[in-house]
Formats: sequence, structure tokens, C-alpha cells
Amino acid sequence: MIDVAPPLLAPLLTSLEAISLGAVWNWLIEPFQLSFMVRALWVSAFVGVVCAVLSCYITLKGWSLMGDAVSHAVVPGVVVAYALGLPFALGAFVFGFGATVVIGYVQSKTRLKEDAVIGVIFTGFFAFGLVLATKIPSNIDLFHILFGNVLGISEQDIIQTLIAGLTTLGIILLRRKDLLLFCFDPNHAKAIGLNTQLMYYTLLSVLALTIVTALQTAGIVLVVAMLVTPGATAYLLTDRFDHMLMLAIATSVLSCFLGTYFSYHLDAPTGGCIVVLMTLLFLAAMFFGSKYGIFAHAASQPKELS
Amino acid sequence: MTFASAQPKTHSMPHSQGSYGIAVDNISVTYRNARLALYNTNCYVEPGTITGLVGPNGGGKSTLFKAIMGFLSPSQGRVHIDNLSIAQAQKQQLIAYVPQADEVDWNFPVSVYDVVMMGRYGYMNIFRVPSRKDRQIVRDSLERVGMSEFRDRQIGELSGGQKKRAFLARAIAQQGKIILLDEPFTGVDVKTEKSMINLLLQLRDEGHTVLVSTHDLASISTFCDRVILLNQTILAAGTTAEAFTAESLAMTFGGLPISALPRRSSDQDQPMFTQPVKPEALPTKAQPTRGMDGGAWMHD
Repeated sequence: MIDVAPPLLAPLLTSLEAISLGAVWNWLIEPFQLSFMVRALWVSAFVGVVCAVLSCYITLKGWSLMGDAVSHAVVPGVVVAYALGLPFALGAFVFGFGATVVIGYVQSKTRLKEDAVIGVIFTGFFAFGLVLATKIPSNIDLFHILFGNVLGISEQDIIQTLIAGLTTLGIILLRRKDLLLFCFDPNHAKAIGLNTQLMYYTLLSVLALTIVTALQTAGIVLVVAMLVTPGATAYLLTDRFDHMLMLAIATSVLSCFLGTYFSYHLDAPTGGCIVVLMTLLFLAAMFFGSKYGIFAHAASQPKELS
Repeated sequence: MTFASAQPKTHSMPHSQGSYGIAVDNISVTYRNARLALYNTNCYVEPGTITGLVGPNGGGKSTLFKAIMGFLSPSQGRVHIDNLSIAQAQKQQLIAYVPQADEVDWNFPVSVYDVVMMGRYGYMNIFRVPSRKDRQIVRDSLERVGMSEFRDRQIGELSGGQKKRAFLARAIAQQGKIILLDEPFTGVDVKTEKSMINLLLQLRDEGHTVLVSTHDLASISTFCDRVILLNQTILAAGTTAEAFTAESLAMTFGGLPISALPRRSSDQDQPMFTQPVKPEALPTKAQPTRGMDGGAWMHD
């Protein structure tokens, strides 16, 4: 065996390497040694899966604005639930779903277009929630409702998140083909005797449930990004729904996991970190997607002309 | 099967075994903005026939389709499928619908095969797991419209004619006894139109009732057994020979040039301005510029 390093320097080098590598390693795994971080990472990865699955349907149905509406409309529900000592998920679901029913009712009874109705109703719910939050004596932190607080999530809230998320996944898994048909061609669904009214409300309730699931992670303001961006990213990459679903889950879980991780080191809001990563992945898909990417499109232009 | 071997029936068929007619029983439809779309509309779409639904834009063709599909409820009267309500008929998979091209999101991530399989959902269990029979029927339906080689294409990657054939395959896979086609020949080349017409004639001969709404007046007399002329209400209905006349068309669309008239088997007892015209000589597309108040015809 031939030793290339001078004999005197060798031990020094190894110890230096050991120190720096060890420090980097410690820095890297530090979040994994803290129980609240491990918990937050698991919760956000789970939320990532639930949101990604629903986002595929929401993007295809064109319900992004509806997602934004429901997320804002849950605020009074959260406040009321805390005030009455009920689970936050229950209050949030009732108000979130209730807002969609109100939106549907107002739309059917007035001549307003859907986006105007949504704009009026959800801001009304949200404003009512803000007023309630300051007037009802409770120990809830409005900042946590608005921006999420997954690093400080309680056991109880984890259980509620899990129940809401698993219910969502269960409903979508069992009804996925009908929901997809409903998004694609509701007229055909009706023509073959399926109950499209039921599908409409099923999709709205899983939307509300998903928002309840993601509330603690992303917060009300950013939850809509988790409901739209993974599906939108995947939609730019594939023409097959099952691939779209897998790509959405992959980008969403990656963003949620890394976003939560980086938020520890950057000391930045977790929801913000997750959504920034999701947006970066979306931009990457938009520019570099092999089929619908802007660069792919530009490269194929001359070929089409010739 | 050649194009010439299948000709429209000139007389209304006796009630074919297993065929269903559409009874539109004195319906009126008013939209929310108080616009009256249809009033006192009565007609019966005979079982086992191809019936053309003809009328100007805004004349209520789409509204009548929606009423037959149960997408809207009339303010007066009702539509039924022989002895069945619309809902019952839909539960029994009796009504298949081929949508207009602009009703479909062509960027949706589904393949041709997926779309045709949607025709089978009504026969599947609640989780929509296709059986061997469902898969076989989907393959046969694709074969029948000549789309087998495109089964894995995303639907947006098809030509106009292929898109229509994909949705026609879905209607065939659904095995609905009544097939409604809304403007099926829009954006379709002549060759595809001919083969689609042949397929519709075959389906009729198998006992299907086919209702086609179309602007394409030229082809009506080549494949429609019967016609219904609609402008806010029924203005004429009957066999193509009886009802597809200069007078009724003039009444439906407003002023109409003689060159746009269909060929008549006999014009002995017809008004003077009815002249025989070969179908090939007719304008392929005609768009009314105005409604009943005497609008002029534009030829493409």
C-alpha cells in the first residue's frame, strides 16, 4: 500500500475532515433530533399527499377560486369552535362547506356571475371571522390561523388533521372515477343517470375537508397554493391522469418536507417555505416540461414550420 | 357497407321491437332573463328513425336537447321516453348524448379509450371497475368508428372528425337506444361526414332512435327519415318528404332562396316556387342572419 500524503500531515487532515464533516452532519440532522420537528415533518408530508390528490381535481374542474373562498370562509368556524370548546376541524368544516352552499344559493337566485358571488361571500365570511376573533375572548392566535403553525402543532390537532385527511383520501379513492367524470363531462354523467348533484357536493365537502387538513400547516392565506399548485405543475407535465396524480403527490410531498425542514434553519414561516418551493417546482415545469414546457415548445416551433 | 346501400326511409316505421320514441308534450321553457326559448312545443320523435332537428341559431334546438336530456325542467309540459320518465330512461342507459365540440375540454388528461369507457359507467358497480364485457364492448365500439389505432391518444391530439368519432364510440358503448347528436358535422371533413352518416343509418337499422340537430341543410334529405323544424316552437314535423319543404323552411328561417330547397319526389301539387334540386347542388352550410322577420341567407 502506498501512502501519498506526507506522514506528518495525514493525522491533521483526517481530524480536520472529521470536525467539518461532523459539524455539517450535525447541522443537517439537527431538525431530526427534535421531536416537534419530526412531528411537523410527518404532518406536513401527510398534508402534502392529501392536498396533491385533491389539487388534480380542483385544477381540472377550474375550482381554484372556490378553494380560496372556502379557505377564507373557515375563519369564523375556527373562532366559534375554540370559543365553544369544540374541535377546530368541526367548526372549520361547517363554515367552509356552508360558504359553498351559500355561494351556490346566491348564484342560483341572482344574475351575478360566479366569480362575483364567490368574491362577495368569502370576504364576508372572512371579515366576520376577523371581527369575531377579536371580540370573542379566547386564547387563539389569529396569526396562527392566518399563516399556520405546524411546528407548534398539538397532539389533538394532529389527530383532527389525520381524521380530516384520511376521510378525504378515502372518499376520493372510492369515488375517483365518478369525480373525474364529473370534472370532465358532467352532462354525460347526468345522461347516464348518475347523481351529479351528489358529486358536486362530494367534491365541495372533500375540498372543505382538505382545507381543514392543511390549515395548521399552511394557514388560511396560503392553503390555496397547496390546493392548486401541485395539480397545476403536474398538469403541465403529462396527459395522463394517473401520472398527473403521482407527479402532483411527488412535487407536493417534496415541497412540504423540504419546506418544513428549511423553515427550521431559515427561521422562516413554514407555510411560506413550502409554497415558495412549490412555486419553484411549478416554474421549472413551466419552462422545462418536456411536452408543454415553454422551452420545449420553442424548440419544436421550427420543426412544425418546415 | 357502401354509401348508396342505406337510404333514408320515406315512410314512418312501425314501432320497432326494443325501440323508443321521444315524446315532447306541450313544453314551454323560459330562461331566467325572461327570454322565452320554447313555447307550446309538441312533437314525437318516432322510434327507429333518424330525425333531423332543424332551425335557426337561437331557435331553441339546444334548449329542446337540454329538455330531452333533463338538464332543464320546462315551465310547462313534460318530456318522456314512451312510458318512461327522462330520469328512468337515463337510469336504464337509454339516452346517449354526443356533445358539440365546444362543450368538451380537449386539454383534459384522458385518452380516447378512457372516454369510450365512460359510456360503460352506468353498467358498472359503484367503484366503476370495468368487467371483461365492458372492455370488449369498448374495443368493439372503437373498432366500429375506426378509432382503434388512436385508443391511447389524449383526446386533444385528434382531428375534428376523430374527436366526433371518439364521442360517437362512447354513445355506441353506452348502448343507448336513443342517440342525440348536437351539430355532429361541424368541423368535420366530407369523408368523415359520409362515414358518420353511414354509421347512423346502420344504428337506425339496428333499432336505435337517432335525433340530430344540424345546420347542414344539404345533407338532411340524404339521411334523415324525418325532420322537425323548430323556431321557438314546432313549425313543421313529419317525414323528410312531407315536412322539409320550401314553405316550412321559409317559415322556420325567414326568406329563403329557391336554390336552397330540397329535392321533391313529386312536385305536381306543390306551390310554384318549389323546384327540384339535387342534394349535391345545395349549399353545404347555411347560416341565417336574422330570425323570422325575413332575414336573408348567407352562403359559405
